[in-house]
Amino acid sequence: MSPSFQPSVKYQKQLKRDLAAEILATPGGEKIYSCLQCGTCGGSCPLSGYMDFTPRQLIGMVREGFKQEVIESFSIWLCASCYECTVRCPAGIHVTDVMYALKRVAIREGIYPRRFPVPVLAKEFMRMLKSTGRTNEFWLAFKMLVKTTPLKLLTMWPLGLQMLRRGRLCLTFNRIPKPAGESLRQMLESVGERQ
Amino acid sequence: MNGNGNLRVGLYICHCGTNIAGTIDVKAVAAWGETLPGVVVSREYKYMCSDPGQQLIVDDVREQHLNRIVVASCSPLLHEQTFRGATAKAGLNPFFFHMVNVREHDSWVHEDKQAATEKAKDLIRAAVRRVAFHKPLEKKRVPIHPDVLIVGGGIAGIHAALTLANAGKHVYLVEREPTIGGHMAKFDKTFPTLDCAACILTPKMTAVKKHPNITLWTLSDVTQIEGYVGNFTVTVKRHPRYIIEDLCVGCLECIEACVYKQAKYPDEFNLGLGKRKPIYIPFPQAVPQLPVIDRETCIEFKSGRCKKTCVEVCGDRKAIDFKQQESTETINVGSVILATGFQVFDARRLPYYGYGKFPNVYTSLEAERLINAAGPTQGEVILRDGRKPKTVGILHCIGSRDENTNRWCSRVCCMYSLKLAHLIKEHTGAEIFNFYIDIRTPGKGFEEFYQRLLNEGVHFIRGKGAEINTWPLDPSEEGKLIIRVEDTLIGKIRRIPVDMVVLSVGLEPHADAGDVRRLFNISCSSEGWFLERHPKLAPVNTFTDGIFLAGCCQGPKDIPDSVAQAGAAAAESLALIDSKFVELEPNTAYILEEACSGCKTCIPLCPYSAISFVEAKKKAEINEALCKGCGTCVAACPSGSIRQNLFEDEEIFEEIKGVLAHA
Amino acid sequence: MAYTYFPGCCMHGFARHCQDSLYAVFNALGLELRELKDWNCCGATSYIAVDEYQAFTLAARNLALAEQAGLEVVAPCNACFMVLKKAQDYLARYSNLRERIEAALARGGLQYSGTVQVRHPLEIVIEKIGIKALREKVKRPLKGWNVAPYYGCLLTRPYTLRNGMTLEAFDQLIPALGANLVDFELKDRCCGGSLTGTIEEVGDRLVYILLHEAKRHNADVLVTVCPLCQLNVETHQKQFIRRDREDVNIPVPYFTQLIGLALGIPEKDLGLDRLLVPLDRVLEEHPAELRAAA
Repeated sequence: MSPSFQPSVKYQKQLKRDLAAEILATPGGEKIYSCLQCGTCGGSCPLSGYMDFTPRQLIGMVREGFKQEVIESFSIWLCASCYECTVRCPAGIHVTDVMYALKRVAIREGIYPRRFPVPVLAKEFMRMLKSTGRTNEFWLAFKMLVKTTPLKLLTMWPLGLQMLRRGRLCLTFNRIPKPAGESLRQMLESVGERQ
Repeated sequence: MNGNGNLRVGLYICHCGTNIAGTIDVKAVAAWGETLPGVVVSREYKYMCSDPGQQLIVDDVREQHLNRIVVASCSPLLHEQTFRGATAKAGLNPFFFHMVNVREHDSWVHEDKQAATEKAKDLIRAAVRRVAFHKPLEKKRVPIHPDVLIVGGGIAGIHAALTLANAGKHVYLVEREPTIGGHMAKFDKTFPTLDCAACILTPKMTAVKKHPNITLWTLSDVTQIEGYVGNFTVTVKRHPRYIIEDLCVGCLECIEACVYKQAKYPDEFNLGLGKRKPIYIPFPQAVPQLPVIDRETCIEFKSGRCKKTCVEVCGDRKAIDFKQQESTETINVGSVILATGFQVFDARRLPYYGYGKFPNVYTSLEAERLINAAGPTQGEVILRDGRKPKTVGILHCIGSRDENTNRWCSRVCCMYSLKLAHLIKEHTGAEIFNFYIDIRTPGKGFEEFYQRLLNEGVHFIRGKGAEINTWPLDPSEEGKLIIRVEDTLIGKIRRIPVDMVVLSVGLEPHADAGDVRRLFNISCSSEGWFLERHPKLAPVNTFTDGIFLAGCCQGPKDIPDSVAQAGAAAAESLALIDSKFVELEPNTAYILEEACSGCKTCIPLCPYSAISFVEAKKKAEINEALCKGCGTCVAACPSGSIRQNLFEDEEIFEEIKGVLAHA
Repeated sequence: MAYTYFPGCCMHGFARHCQDSLYAVFNALGLELRELKDWNCCGATSYIAVDEYQAFTLAARNLALAEQAGLEVVAPCNACFMVLKKAQDYLARYSNLRERIEAALARGGLQYSGTVQVRHPLEIVIEKIGIKALREKVKRPLKGWNVAPYYGCLLTRPYTLRNGMTLEAFDQLIPALGANLVDFELKDRCCGGSLTGTIEEVGDRLVYILLHEAKRHNADVLVTVCPLCQLNVETHQKQFIRRDREDVNIPVPYFTQLIGLALGIPEKDLGLDRLLVPLDRVLEEHPAELRAAA
């Protein structure tokens, strides 16, 4: 490997403060400035071994305004919401909520790898819920696979068949009855996107 | 006026540099002051508290025959005594003085200069009208009892006791355990000098026992304290040891002779790492050098059918007494030093560190016993499974700096962890890993000790140990305790298999610190540490006069700091004793006997138990020495028969009228 | 004793065997489940990654509906259970969030007051029936079965259980059914369920660690209390059995399936035939004890 002579200095003017402000305003994210950088989150996280930046590093970078690095980090998609970090954090930071908030920013700004399943699933999930009020795992998985890794459908079918044979695949949507479904849709619309 | 001839008030307005004069137009206030009825002199001056400022008052009293003084300046807390002194020096009763706070109550809290000036006038008008009704009062002088009670026989209590005793004062040292020595007696060596804890502590413990001026009561609790600074009456409950102290010579043959040939029960002093018999001595150098019988495990207590080989061997000395009863002692002391210490954090509260589940996870205090030559393994580091560790992980900040447990830094853990790392390495040659958030070594010689450890090849991994587990992901991890950590400096998640884990547990207030606090009527911080009167300037005083603090009951500290604080508490206590008398503020309540109906409403309300009921007269009576002048009884008395000096009805009403006269 | 039943989407979908056994066991224990009318998806852990206000609205709507019934809500899926509890907690803690959510609910004529209790069926069984009574009701003790409990993340994180209950108390369920308890450090470690189908390689690894550790402790069965864990551990197991020819083969029943078996409820009512990794092998190895006691 040949050495790279690109300077990796971060200039102050490259930093963006708005991300920290947004996280601070998120329920559960208000304590990010209490972080001791002790690494309890990373040490506890079952997924941290796969992360490019550990939760600790992400929080450090959010505080300092390294927005681009944070939003482009693969780590935020790896969080499986197991809350191990949240219950152990000595600073009382709800790390899981911070990770959710970072996912929201990335999805909102459209910054994630093309055909990347996590945000696609989240968006499909939301779409299905808005139309039926409930989810159907079969169609959810199907749509996600089609939009991300259609080839996987080929390897998944034996499993699907087994599930079908055992009566565990429901091919019809499980909708909330009409008037209630309509009212749910109105509620979701009225609470709206971020104000 | 109050029988003192014509009212002649001297009014003084202080600039306090620009603190007051920057916001209040002091010249205008002084000029206006002259127009107030009764005011003979009205002046403003740069610093009234200075010698020339005070001299103004003295001179004016003499030349103008003033009989009342009002100073408008800062808080009475700061300078009331100063101006009362000046008033007295001028030949007036000091209580013919009244102070107006135009700094904290006015100039510091307002920006509008005109309004602030008007407010100053209102406050001054109220004071001038009030002071007219002041009566001459005398401070009560109460003698101070020279004896001192010290609660807690750890290093702080021991040091304070010896200091006071060496100064010729009599000390009662009360300890609830069977021996004095506290936590320090359990330590192996002390940081950063590595001198042996027992070698430096036990001579002091023996000195306590030998000192003619010290009465040592172990297995004892303070159950009641009454009175006030200089004159406390204390009740001490002494629990039975089942050994008669005066008869026992400390030969310890009874322990040898116990029907239990082998020690069987977990030994408290060694935190359960060793065993003891039902009759035992906590450790060889215990003071007093007496055995103690544990009634929970002694067969004689359980069944009454023991052969009592202990009594047999004691023979004619007859020092063993199974019928010994709890006794109560009542003592009088003038001051109290609380040195009740701390407890270590219970690591079971954080289940992810596996303490209590994985046998080879130890607390730091257990590790101290394990490396101690007098400990359960004679100083050999042998794990609960009989192995000797080849790798050891020391996890800092367990139960410290953590919102889930205790938020404070326990101050001593970094250094004792370094010490344990050094000692365990010395004893075993093991590879040692320290897991830390920050290394805090600000004491004398501490940083040098850290450097020494770095050069000894001990690993320092910056990251709080996140969990201890025993599920291997690799054959090399099998049978090990695996520490999962984010190495925050290198930026990697690491799994480090070790044979032994030491959890550096923090210090916290005793579980019953709240009871002690209530008993002695002192304050606590929100964390439960006893609160000093001022964090910088009165660090060993409490808000209750005559009660002082020493050692970890006030907050985590190391041995040198505990000893220094104990010395300071002893010095404060000595200063109090040698002042011979306390002067009590005369702002006490008193009863107009003819008006008292004997309804007893006031008696349970008094927070200081200063009111009693005199059956013969069917009237309430106030002990002036106990009264703190809180006014609760005055307000509550249905017949209005309780009055209070300096807060007489007419004084207060005139003050109110003065404020309301704002036009 | 009657409860409002919040099935969550999976109990009506891939986890109908969990639901069948839940109904069967609750019925046998004299506990009634009344399905919440017009319930909607709780939002799980996906919705909040897009919009947190809408996510809290979803949970709050269910809670508001449940309040009308006035009974405790039973949520048999750990994710639903936690999401509903979290909504209650956050709506109580963040007044601005609550105002916004209440306004949205008002659009549908609903009111949220935060009075309803959200419970996991396991809590109900332990608390209302109790280990001792359950042991007495067992007709077919699962003698010789080595059962490892797997509770997953969200049952005890981030919220602790009510009334000081602990996982160690839940563990006692297994010996009560006549089986051997296989204690197991990973019993509340993440199975990677929410990565199933998205970041498969990583999700696989978590299941692999889990099953290997269970196997290392000689577990015959890994019993779950969450349909998502159940699905995840089961399907991934099938995947790497097929892919890596690695035969871990540990059945992963839902806990009411095991209770049902021990209570002597017919297997077909417990949906045992719907498990991808069937219990047959365990049933064959320890049949005598099982049937003899029947």
